[in-house]
Amino acid sequence: MKAQSLFVNMDQLLGEAAKLQVEGYRYVALTAVEIDGQTVELIYHFDLNLGMRHLRLSVQKGTRVPSITPVYLAAFLAENEIQDLFGVVFSGLAVDFKGTLYTENEMRGRVPFCRYTVVGSEKGEAAGQGDNSREDSSGEAS
Amino acid sequence: MKSTVIPIGPQHPVLPEPVHLKLTVVDEVITDVVPSLGFVHRGLEMLVDSRDYHQVVQIVERVCGICSMMHAMCYCQGIEEMMGIEAPPRAKYLRVIWSELHRMHSHLLWLGLFADSFGFESLFMQFWRIREKVLDIHEATTGNRVIVSVNKIGGVGKDLDDDQIEWILSELKNIKREVRRLGPTLLDDYTVKKRTVGRGVLTSQQAIDLGTVGPTLRASGVARDMRQLGYAALGELDFEPVIEEAGDSWARCKVRFKEVLASIDMIRQAAGKIPAGDIAVRVKGAPPEGEAISRVEQPRGEVFYYIKSKGQKKLERLRIRTPTFANLPALLSILPGLYLSDVPVVVLSIDPCISCTER
Amino acid sequence: MKWFAQMYSRFAARSRIKSPWLLHFDCGSCNGCDIELLACLTPVYDVERFGIINVGNPMHADILIVTGTVNPRNAKVLQNLYDQMPEPRIVVAVGSCGLSGGIFRDAYNVLGGVDRVIPVDVYVPGCPAKPEAIIDGVVRALEKKKARVPTESGGAKA
Repeated sequence: MKAQSLFVNMDQLLGEAAKLQVEGYRYVALTAVEIDGQTVELIYHFDLNLGMRHLRLSVQKGTRVPSITPVYLAAFLAENEIQDLFGVVFSGLAVDFKGTLYTENEMRGRVPFCRYTVVGSEKGEAAGQGDNSREDSSGEAS
Repeated sequence: MKSTVIPIGPQHPVLPEPVHLKLTVVDEVITDVVPSLGFVHRGLEMLVDSRDYHQVVQIVERVCGICSMMHAMCYCQGIEEMMGIEAPPRAKYLRVIWSELHRMHSHLLWLGLFADSFGFESLFMQFWRIREKVLDIHEATTGNRVIVSVNKIGGVGKDLDDDQIEWILSELKNIKREVRRLGPTLLDDYTVKKRTVGRGVLTSQQAIDLGTVGPTLRASGVARDMRQLGYAALGELDFEPVIEEAGDSWARCKVRFKEVLASIDMIRQAAGKIPAGDIAVRVKGAPPEGEAISRVEQPRGEVFYYIKSKGQKKLERLRIRTPTFANLPALLSILPGLYLSDVPVVVLSIDPCISCTER
Repeated sequence: MKWFAQMYSRFAARSRIKSPWLLHFDCGSCNGCDIELLACLTPVYDVERFGIINVGNPMHADILIVTGTVNPRNAKVLQNLYDQMPEPRIVVAVGSCGLSGGIFRDAYNVLGGVDRVIPVDVYVPGCPAKPEAIIDGVVRALEKKKARVPTESGGAKA
């Protein structure tokens, strides 16, 4: 899988996605993986004639990520999901649920899919160490 | 003109599952759709934290009860790829037989619900009557009607003897005859065509751009079926994806109807070629550090599993992208411009499975 | 007119037990129990011959059948549906996850079984519950309902 992966940074992301779109790639999925306390890796998966390509983007927690919805509209659900579950904030989302796609107000401020640290998003929500954090490390929790 | 907002769901007779759609309507024509999800969200992907990788098979089976067997198959194939194990040939053929039975029961269920969505109650009952025969095969061969739970890492947990295969083939003959008899009622009926032809059209370019999968993509004339990957024993069987050109609700219905017959054919082929031998290999240790991607064609389309391991018994990350998750953006873009009365038909035409979507 | 009131209340009490109308709400189920519940209505099991109908409106329903686990978002919908149902109402929880949370009980967005939100009268186990078990659950629910229906409210028999 590593062989078909292309490591990109935030400035290259939209350009590379647009290149794939011109080549006729179909957007398949967007995966977020928490690497450690500071980083989340976003993997964009694309498919053309059963061959897959992946774009990998490392994101520091608490930074804004450009949305690829201007190129691939279909990614809006996955990006909203990651916004809910990982606390990564996307800018320029076509349809922004603002963190209410899956979770209700009771869950606000918790980032359920992060094990290591919980970093508050930029929306000024009360973020704290959730009971699911495994490791004690100082995030940007207010 | 003044616009009205009409909320549909989460409790609605047409929707089998809770999803909320906020439709903005001008006169009778829809101008905007905003979905609201989260009524079925459980957070299954995070359960890999508390179970080891063998126990996760039972969890992924319950992502969706209708395509449970294929979820487990996809997960097991991903883990097998990571660990460098190969399931025995007989297990691969058995996986094909059960997965195609699952596809049949899911498509028959959908054909019934689709008939119900435009008020054709008796056709709904007929399709569900035939579906019960498929469930009888499930129950007789595995012990459960819906969640068959046959997959395990390294093969399958149940075997079929020759008598059972014979019986399955004879049952399939009956099912094929009955499904064929219903064909003209569904596909040549004037009223059915009136309600479905030209409703919710998705061109092939749109379908690719919006990332649709499965029958929704194939009804728009794109021959893309994950079974072309040749997973399990599919590489050794003759297989041709079913495609339609029109891209409307009727074409999607036709694709699914033909796929029921195609599945019967696949099971026939697999039963004819099935080799003797073991049904599982012993699996020891934990998946090594690394990542794997596994894709399987479910009744609703391509399912995508991303598995990451750090070399421990518990997986680091499991990501499930289900077919409805990929088809929802297309649904939201074909609804505007349609009449309010078309909403149930068009929503059902992508075969939404909300419990898959939200996991 | 007293005899008429008596006759009417006796008639109403009897007809409440016959021909119950079901309201089905899928809380957070995997669809396994939902399709088994729908299968009860189709030709092989065909509970419609007893006048049991699946309705979409809680105000028409006698029995609420709930499948699946409860999460914070659908708990409000479930409470809302329960409040709209007319008395005497009966709740049947179907499937392992409707009973206790089942296999999903550890998941972060799961509160547990249906009885965390509304009182449950009949529990139908199974993952997924078989149609026979669901029908049996509904029959037991009717027995409970019979005990709860106010009979002969007009007074003693004439």
